[in-house]
Amino acid sequence: MILNLAGLLIGVLFSLGLGLSGMTDPEKILEFLDVKGNWDPSLIFVMASAIPVYALFYRIIMRSRRPLLENKWYVPARADIDVKLITGAGIFGIGWGMSGICPGPGIAAIGALSKGAAVFVACYVIGFSAEAAYDKTIGAWFGASKLK
Amino acid sequence: MQLVINQAVHQVMNHPWGRATLGGILIGLSSALFLWTHGRILGISGIVGRIPELKKNDTLWRFMFFVGLIAGGYLAADFWPENFANIRTNSNYWRFAASGFIVGVGTKMGSGCTSGHGICGIGRGNPRGLAATFMFILMGIFTVLLIGR
Repeated sequence: MILNLAGLLIGVLFSLGLGLSGMTDPEKILEFLDVKGNWDPSLIFVMASAIPVYALFYRIIMRSRRPLLENKWYVPARADIDVKLITGAGIFGIGWGMSGICPGPGIAAIGALSKGAAVFVACYVIGFSAEAAYDKTIGAWFGASKLK
Repeated sequence: MQLVINQAVHQVMNHPWGRATLGGILIGLSSALFLWTHGRILGISGIVGRIPELKKNDTLWRFMFFVGLIAGGYLAADFWPENFANIRTNSNYWRFAASGFIVGVGTKMGSGCTSGHGICGIGRGNPRGLAATFMFILMGIFTVLLIGR
């Protein structure tokens, strides 16, 4: 129960961070990606503040034997760069560049009653599930899972 | 002294870069808090994208997090409505739909999005996070150059 409540609370905090930072404004993202236009560095400020804060706490937190509310760590150990990672990230970049929206801000904007965000998130879940289903069936069949 | 601090806070909060920085700190803190409590990387795409799997003991916290994100967005839109104005007024639903679907496929295949790779991945010095972030920003730039805004 605490696990679920903590999830809820952290979701609220994270979303407030997104809203305050301006990442929920697709124009800021598109202006960041539009290197030829009126460049907006907001995303750099967000990453340059979020990354060091996380890096510091990551080192402290990972010294514990286990997390507060779970019995073990679920942090992925993989460090290899493979074709699947690069291809997937590239596809994500194309979708991101089309709208200026990534999953977090899209979901946060549902709370702001944006219909477009609701459409984005619904189609995002469909795309995610479709790729997961592909991996399990056709991908596994053709041995594409070797790309993992 | 109080006045000086108030003015400084006012200055930072009224500049988009100041807000971006404060918002980023809050994003970093909540991602760290999530690592501490749940022992997981706070990657929105993975947490939310796996809700439809409906596994016992693994779906409710994901759904609660999803609800929290929406609730936080509701509050944030009240505090900083200007940061939600564009996404509210844009009615190009086909673009939203196509973009959402492609983001879904890409984040599943690439095991993460801006939060999981760009903040947590780079933050913990994971080469995969750095490579993925480089790649999605690069392709984002190409896409905007190619199809415009």
